[in-house]
Amino acid sequence: METVEVRTSPHVHGAPSVATIMRNVVYALLPICIFATYQFGLSAVALIIVTTLACIFTESFFNRISGTSDSLGDFSAVITGVLLALTLPPGFPLWMAAVAGFIAIALGKKLFGGLGFNVFNPALVGRAFVQAAFPVAITTWTPSLTAARFTEFIPSTLTFPFAVPAAVDQWNAQVAVDAFSGATPLALSKFENIPTDTFLLLFGTTAGSAGETSALLILLCGLYLIFRNMLDWRIPAAVLLGAFLTEEAFHLFDSARFPDPWFMLFSGGLMLGAMFMASDMVGSPVTPVGVWIFGLLIGFLTIIIRLFGGLNEGIMYAILLGNAASPLIDAATQPRVYGVTEAKIFGKKVD
Amino acid sequence: MTALAGIATAGLFMGGLGFSLAALLAYANRKLYVEEDPRIDAVEEMLPHSNCGACGEPGCRSFAEVLVNKEAEPGKCTVNTVEMTQSVADYLGVDVGDHDKQVARLACAGGSHVAYFRAKYEGLKSCRAAAVAGGGKGCTWGCLGLADCETSCDFDAIQMNKFGLPVVNENLCVACSDCVDSCPKDLFSLQPVSHQLWVACKSLGFGDEVEADCEVVCTACERCAVDAPEGLIKIRNNLAIIDYEKNELASKVAIERCPTGAIVWLKKGGDSIIKGTGAKKVIRMEPLPRVA
Amino acid sequence: MLLTFTNGVHPQEFKSWTNNSPVERLPFFADYVIPLSQHIGAPSKSLVRKGQYVARGEKIAEPGAYVSVAYHSPVDGVVSAVELAEHPGGKMVPSIKIKADPFSSQRLEKKPIDWKSLTKKEFADHLQNSGMVGLGGAAFPSHVKFAVPDDKKCDYLIINGCECEPFLTADHRVMAEYPLEVMRGIEMLQYFLTPKKTFIGIEANKKDAINILQLEANKHPELAVEIVSLEVKYPQGAEKMLISAILTNEVPSGTIPLDGGYLVSNVGTVAAIAEYFDSGKPLIERVVTVSGSNIKRPANLLVPIGTSMQELLNACGGFKSSDFGDSARILLGGPMMGMAQKSLDVPVVKGTSGVLALGVLEVPGRNTFQCIRCGRCLEACPMFLNPSTLGLLAKKGLYEEMLEENLMDCMECASCSYVCPSGIPLVQSFRVAKAVNRERKVA
Repeated sequence: METVEVRTSPHVHGAPSVATIMRNVVYALLPICIFATYQFGLSAVALIIVTTLACIFTESFFNRISGTSDSLGDFSAVITGVLLALTLPPGFPLWMAAVAGFIAIALGKKLFGGLGFNVFNPALVGRAFVQAAFPVAITTWTPSLTAARFTEFIPSTLTFPFAVPAAVDQWNAQVAVDAFSGATPLALSKFENIPTDTFLLLFGTTAGSAGETSALLILLCGLYLIFRNMLDWRIPAAVLLGAFLTEEAFHLFDSARFPDPWFMLFSGGLMLGAMFMASDMVGSPVTPVGVWIFGLLIGFLTIIIRLFGGLNEGIMYAILLGNAASPLIDAATQPRVYGVTEAKIFGKKVD
Repeated sequence: MTALAGIATAGLFMGGLGFSLAALLAYANRKLYVEEDPRIDAVEEMLPHSNCGACGEPGCRSFAEVLVNKEAEPGKCTVNTVEMTQSVADYLGVDVGDHDKQVARLACAGGSHVAYFRAKYEGLKSCRAAAVAGGGKGCTWGCLGLADCETSCDFDAIQMNKFGLPVVNENLCVACSDCVDSCPKDLFSLQPVSHQLWVACKSLGFGDEVEADCEVVCTACERCAVDAPEGLIKIRNNLAIIDYEKNELASKVAIERCPTGAIVWLKKGGDSIIKGTGAKKVIRMEPLPRVA
Repeated sequence: MLLTFTNGVHPQEFKSWTNNSPVERLPFFADYVIPLSQHIGAPSKSLVRKGQYVARGEKIAEPGAYVSVAYHSPVDGVVSAVELAEHPGGKMVPSIKIKADPFSSQRLEKKPIDWKSLTKKEFADHLQNSGMVGLGGAAFPSHVKFAVPDDKKCDYLIINGCECEPFLTADHRVMAEYPLEVMRGIEMLQYFLTPKKTFIGIEANKKDAINILQLEANKHPELAVEIVSLEVKYPQGAEKMLISAILTNEVPSGTIPLDGGYLVSNVGTVAAIAEYFDSGKPLIERVVTVSGSNIKRPANLLVPIGTSMQELLNACGGFKSSDFGDSARILLGGPMMGMAQKSLDVPVVKGTSGVLALGVLEVPGRNTFQCIRCGRCLEACPMFLNPSTLGLLAKKGLYEEMLEENLMDCMECASCSYVCPSGIPLVQSFRVAKAVNRERKVA
C-alpha cells in the first residue's frame, strides 16, 4: 500500500468543477468571437485581445498586491474580458477598452473580494463605467461586413490614449455597401420607427456591439453549456420569457408604437445578456424560486428601459439592477425546510 | 452681495443647529447620567484589557465590578503582571489571593518525527474537521497538528514547531483556556508552573502495539509508578496519571527509567524538557516519511 | 411514473460489478475482533475473559443499558484478549478478540423460537439478546425501534430495500436470494406491530429483486405487502425521503417517523430477524459488498462480524494495484456516507454494508474554490436546507447561528458536497458545527 487518504464523505463528486465550468464558458464564447471577427475584422480581434489582457493583468496585479493565491486558473478573468469585448461597439477605441477591462476586474470583482463575492457582473460594471465616461464612443456604430475589414482598422480603434476618437461618419459613408445610418436596429426602431427583419437579426448581419449581433449563434452556444450542465437554463429562459411577455403586452396595447416581441427578443444585447451575463452564478440568487423572479425581473426591466428610457438598449442596466436585487430576492425566497411548516422570509418565520 | 448673504445665512443656520444639538446632548448627559462606583473605572484601568475570560467573567470590566464588590480576589486574573495585581489589591485594600501562575500544557509529544501517519488527511485544514474524518495519524489520541490551538490563542503564546506540534511559550501564556476548548482531542490542560513532572501522552493503548504508532508513547510499563514515591503516579487505563495533590513529592526519579520518554521533567521557565536517561534517544530531526 | 422525493442527486451507480454475484460464504479466518460499541447507544459489557473458550453463536457480551445490545461469538475459538482496538469510526474502543478454532464449524446448534407465543415485551427482549441492530448503516438497536410505546401506533410499516448508495449490492442480494426470510420477517413484525399497511420500497434498478419479492408476496396474500418501485436517486433510502416517496407525507422537523405512525426498517434487518426466530441464529454475520475499481474480484460475501478488512480484501483477490496515486481511499460503507479508513485492521461491524477500495477513477483530485453561489446545493438538498448559507456561516465559525438555519435537520447525506463545483467540504463543516454545538450545550 502506497498511500491512502482519509477524508469525510462524500468520496465521489458529480458536478464539473468551477474551473471546468469557466473553461467551457470560454469555449462557448469562442464561436461568438470568431463571428465577431468575421463581421468586423481586425478591430474586433484587437478589441477582444485588449480587454482580455487588461482583465488578466488586473487580476494578477491585484492577486500580487493582496498576497492571495493565483486565481487566473479559474478562467473567470478571461470570461470577463471576452464578454466585455463582446458588449462594446466594434470600433471602440482600444485604450478605452483597456480602461473598461481594468475597471471590470478592479471595481467589479477584486474590490468585493474576488470571485464569489462580487455583487455585480464584472463585465457589465466595466461597460457601465465606460458608458458613463465615454458616452459618444460607446454609441458610435460602424457597419458590418465592410470590404476592407481584414486589412485595416476602423479609424476610431487606434485612437491615442486620452485623445478624442476620430469621427467615423465619413468613413462609414465610404465603406458601407449601402446607405448606413449609423444606428443599431434597436435605435432605428425606437427613434425612427424603422423595423428590421427578424431574419437579419437572427443571423446578425446588422450593426451593433461586437458580439451581440447574431442571436441564433448565441442561442446555440448557450445551449451547448446548458447541455453540458454548466449553465442554469432557468435564468436565460426566465429573462427571455419576461422580456417577451412584457413586450407582448405593450404590443397588444398599441402595435403601431411598440414593435413585435420577436424583434425585441432577437435585437440588441438581450440574447447575449440573458445567456452569458444574467446567468452568471455569482450575481444571481441561489434559491430555486429566486432565479425565476430574478430572470423575469431582468426581462421586464430590459423592455421598460428600451421602451421608455433615454437609451435604446436596457439589458446592461437591467442585469445590474437584477444583481443588486438578488440578495433581496434570496432573502425573500428561502426554501421551506423539509418537515417545517413555516418558511423563513427575511429572517422571520411565516406560515 | 447676495452671495455673501447666502453664505452668512447658511453659516448662521448650521451654527445655530450645531449649538442647539450640543445643548440637547449636554442636557441629556446630565439628566441620564448613571451613578457608578468610580473605583470600577480605576480598577479596570489596572486590568490587562484582554477580555480573555480566564477569570470566569465575560470581560475585564465585569471582573472589575466583581473585584470592587469584593466577590473575587485580584489574583484570579492570570494575565496581569504580579506588580499590577498587587497594585489592584492595594487600591482596593484586599489580599492578592492565590496567584499561582498557570500555563497550558500539551499531553502529547508525538511530532511528525516520532509519530507515524498511516494515511494522508485531505479536507478542511482544522483539527476539529480532521477529528470528524478520523485524521491520518496512527495514534488515535495524539495531536493532529493542524493548529486549531495556535489559531485560537489570542496571546501568540502557541507556535507550531516543524514537527507539527504546538509549543507553548510559558511567558506569554495567560491560561485563558482557549486552547483547552479548541482541541478536539482534549490534549491541553491548565497546569500551575509548579507541576514540573508531566506525562506528555494520552494514549490508552498498551505495549508494543502503541509504540508501533509513536516512539514517545506511554506504554503503561509502570516503571515510573514503581520508582516514584508511593502514590504519586498511578497507571489508569494504560496511562500514567500523576496525582498532583502530592506534587511536593515529585522529583526526577520518576522519569529515569521511562523507556520512551513519555514522562518528562519540565524545567522552570518552560525553556527545556528533561527526559530520563533510560529513554531511547530521538535523533531524527526531520519529519518521518509517510509509512506504508 | 416512479415514486420519489424532491431534490436529491444521481451519482454513477457502479452496481453492475456485483449485482449479479451470489452471496458467498467464506471459510473462517484466524482472528476476529468484536468491538463492543458497534451500535448506537451505550457500549455493551463483556461476559468473557482472556483464555476462555467460546462457541459460535455464544453470547459474549450483554447490553450495557436499555439502548444497547448483546454480542455473540461469530466462531468457535478462544478469547485472546479483551482490550482496546480500532473501530471503523476512528476511535479505539473496548473489543473482544477471538482466535478461531481451526476446527470451528459453520453449523450452528440452535433451536427455533416459538415467536407467536411471545408478548411484545418478550419479543423486544429477544431482539436485544440476539444483538439485532439496523443493518442499513446506522446500527440503531432493533428492540428500541420496534418497541412502539402505548401512546403511539405503527400505521405504516415500510421495508427499505432502496440501497441508494453507489457500489453497494448487499441488500439487493438479500432480497434476491432470501425472499422467504424477508416475508417471514414481515409476518413477524406485522404480528407484533399490527400496521394498517406494509410496503417494500425498492429502487427501480433492482428489477430482479422486485420480481422475486413480488412472486413471494403473491404466495402470502394475507400479508398484503405492497412492493413499490422507486426512482433511482440518492438518498432514496433515507427514512424521511422514503416516507415522502411512498406516502407523500413529510416527517415534521424534530419528531421521529413513529410519531406520524411510520416505521421504516432495512430489508436486511427484517431477514435477519426472521432467521433468528426461525433458526435461533443471533446476529453474527451479515452480507457485505466488496467492490471498487481497485479490487481484483468484486463480490458479495456473507461475513462473520469482526472479520478484518484485510482478510476480506484477500478473499477478493486483493488490490489491483498497490500504487494508488494521490486519491485512493478505502471505505467502510458507501461512497456517499462511508468512513475512509487508515488501517486495514479495522473489523467489519454490524453496520458495515460494504468495503470499497476506490482508485483515481472514482475519486479524481479536486481543487477548492470560493462559493460562487451557483445554488446547485439547494437543488440537491433533500431536506430543502440552504447549504450555501450554512457553509458560509461555518466558514466564519458562526456555529450557533447555523442552528437558526435548521442545521440539525441536516442528515449528512452529502448530496450538497457531491454537486458543489467549488469542491467545498460542506458536509464536513456541518459535522464540525454539530459537534461544536453539542459540546457547547454540554459545557
